[in-house]
Amino acid sequence: MVSRKSFYLLVALLACTGIGMTVYNNVVMGVPLTPGEKRQIWSIEAKMEFTATGEPVIASMAVAGTQKGFTLLSRTAASPGYGLAFIEKDGAERAEWSIRAATGRQRLYYQIDMLVDPSARPAEPPVPPPVVKDFEREPYATAMAQILGRAQERSADPYTLTREIIREIDNQAQNAELLKGYMPRAGLVARLLNNADVPARTVYALMLEDGRRRQQLIEYLQVFKDGGYELFNPQTGEQGQPRNMLLWEYGSAPLLDIAGGRNSRVTFSMIVQKQPVSVALAKKNELSERVTISIHGLPLEEQALFKGLLLIPIGVVILVFLRLIIGIKTSGTFMPVLIAMAFIQTQLLTGLVGFVLIVGSGLVIRAYLSRLNLLLVARISAVIIMVIMMIGIFSALAFKLGLTDGMKITFFPMIILAWTIERMSILWEEEGPREVMKQGGGSLLAAVIAYLAMDSELIRHLTFNFLGLQLVLMAAVLLLGNYTGYKLSELKRFKPLADDMNAGRNGL
Amino acid sequence: MLFLKNYAWPWALARAGILGMNRRNHSYISRYNPRRLYPLVDDKLKTKRIAMAAGVAVPELIGIIREQHQVSRFSEMVKDRPGFCIKPARGSGGRGIAVIVRHQEGFYYKPSGRPETIQDLERHISNILAGLFSLGGKPDTAIVENLIHFDDVFAGYSFEGVPDTRVIIFRGFPVMAMMRLSTAASGGKANLHQGAVGVGLCLRTGRALRAVQFNRPVRRHPDTGLDLHALRVPGWDTLLRLAASCYEMSGLGYIGTDLVLDKQHGPLLLELNARPGLSIQIANGRGLLPSLSAVEEFGDTALNVARRIEFAQKRFGVFEP
Repeated sequence: MVSRKSFYLLVALLACTGIGMTVYNNVVMGVPLTPGEKRQIWSIEAKMEFTATGEPVIASMAVAGTQKGFTLLSRTAASPGYGLAFIEKDGAERAEWSIRAATGRQRLYYQIDMLVDPSARPAEPPVPPPVVKDFEREPYATAMAQILGRAQERSADPYTLTREIIREIDNQAQNAELLKGYMPRAGLVARLLNNADVPARTVYALMLEDGRRRQQLIEYLQVFKDGGYELFNPQTGEQGQPRNMLLWEYGSAPLLDIAGGRNSRVTFSMIVQKQPVSVALAKKNELSERVTISIHGLPLEEQALFKGLLLIPIGVVILVFLRLIIGIKTSGTFMPVLIAMAFIQTQLLTGLVGFVLIVGSGLVIRAYLSRLNLLLVARISAVIIMVIMMIGIFSALAFKLGLTDGMKITFFPMIILAWTIERMSILWEEEGPREVMKQGGGSLLAAVIAYLAMDSELIRHLTFNFLGLQLVLMAAVLLLGNYTGYKLSELKRFKPLADDMNAGRNGL
Repeated sequence: MLFLKNYAWPWALARAGILGMNRRNHSYISRYNPRRLYPLVDDKLKTKRIAMAAGVAVPELIGIIREQHQVSRFSEMVKDRPGFCIKPARGSGGRGIAVIVRHQEGFYYKPSGRPETIQDLERHISNILAGLFSLGGKPDTAIVENLIHFDDVFAGYSFEGVPDTRVIIFRGFPVMAMMRLSTAASGGKANLHQGAVGVGLCLRTGRALRAVQFNRPVRRHPDTGLDLHALRVPGWDTLLRLAASCYEMSGLGYIGTDLVLDKQHGPLLLELNARPGLSIQIANGRGLLPSLSAVEEFGDTALNVARRIEFAQKRFGVFEP
């Protein structure tokens, strides 16, 4: 016999691993604990317009990919006549359209769905751009040196330096005015940072607002420090990425690069849709390129199968609880779980009516069979055939009466039903109808309780998305298997005895 | 909160030393009954065999029917036996037992006087062979035994059925005993939950402690009106010795032994039960736990049968001899 200590160690290990996996899934992978939670999915459409000159056209545009806070779910392009390819350039992806000849105004559309996903991370961490130091012409060089000099005095690291540069530009109005015509503001700050040996660059971002059309990208500042980076608003110096900001171009490349066209511009429109977590997660998992051994990587049909299978432990735990702690009598150890599985397909009321109908009429016919003096195996087989015929008749009858629900009784496990009928029938002969009602009622009650639990949206969500919970259930079953206390039914059974003993009426 | 009145507090039961189902299964059955020995008691034929080898008295075996084609030989088998009993070798809870007290001109009479034809009995045997009464529906063997003529002292104490004595033997020590008397309500069966009367017995004297039916104390047999408290099992020490020797014979630490007192042969072992029920506590008006703990703590399993009985009678007996 295994010692108690190692037993409890095993239980604790199972429970901790299970809870750990669950917490990991929740916190790190971002799978929510409740199914009701909805996730935002942004549909963003980029419209690129340019005038083609009649020569071969190659239009290349930076495109947004999975990044901090957003997971790319899907992308589509509408561009009749154009060839489209996605190419990787300097660590960032670009969409490249091409056509042999085009003239006149061209419109290319590119659409993506972005899932708002706090756990999202880019596939590869962003690489800091090389520090570029150019010698500026006067008087710009002096103005820039003045600004940088003041800012450097008051700063300690790249991030504070960035803030101080932006503040200094606002303070030194004259210099700022001078430089404004020379270089855009974000580019200016990036250049100043580069001069101070800090890798930094201008990135282009999109502010997400539901229902907006004809939006332009805005410039933002990306400053690197020790392998990480921070975003700054070049106008205000505000640090950090606003929640509704999506980076569109972050590869030190131009947003748009067109050969064979001019007068180009890109505008964006966007809408947000709210989708249940399960849909969003399914889409996300579909796209996940990581090689993981996970149920979510299976084809949808198999996933649906597992969704059902993973519910069985819930039913089993409930049954163990009902039998060991409550003391409900059921006919057949796990028959109620199978009936509950059938209820999930048929819905509760149809299932209950169907079950009582089939078992009830089965008992009547079985009573006749018992008079035929058959061997057991043959008799059970006869009952199975009878059950199937009854299901057929009931289905046809229900359909004729317009009760389409009635056809669902085909979901009942026939063999289990046949055995239930056989057992109940013997029970009836030996112990009388009372015991049949007791065990039949107990089985149905257990089945209904198991059904209510297994049909709950929350529990379905939890068992399917948090496999660690299976280990917790396992631990619970092991613990229940060690319960040596009284069952609820025994508290009633031995109540007269305890009373008699208290009153001294036990004959002693 | 009215329904709560029907329930005792768990600690009240614990204080009374009442053994519950989970505790019985976990701390006694699975701890003291090695799984590999179960077949010895689950198959009455094997029990009979080891009992005979150990010199434990059992009802006389008339014949065994193992295969369906042997069923037709049944009437030949019992031709010269006025009364007999058909049992499934692996039945549980007294299921599938048919008792015939006499037969005459092709009719076989049950204790109730109901006649059965040979076809009825053959069908019953077919059912036994097909596993109708065995656990899990496994194919079974039918045993035909000689009818037990129970001792006259029990006349009037039992309705139709045979009054049997159940003794719980824990690690070779008798810890509790009761007599089970069938009633009209139990349909001649000796199962307490079906309405049989349970009479708790003093381990020292074999005298009745109290009697219960449907968990409630009763003074008189509901059918015959006899005073149940006057019941006293004759030859009590012999019976206890027989019961206690089943420990060595079976190797099981926690068993219920079912015995009958035959008019001619004295105490006979009917069957052993590796999962004896808990109702014996109600019949005795006592919990099993104090006795079980006493045996676990002080009982020396190396003692011989006589010494073990002495220990049990001294500790668990109620009346003075």
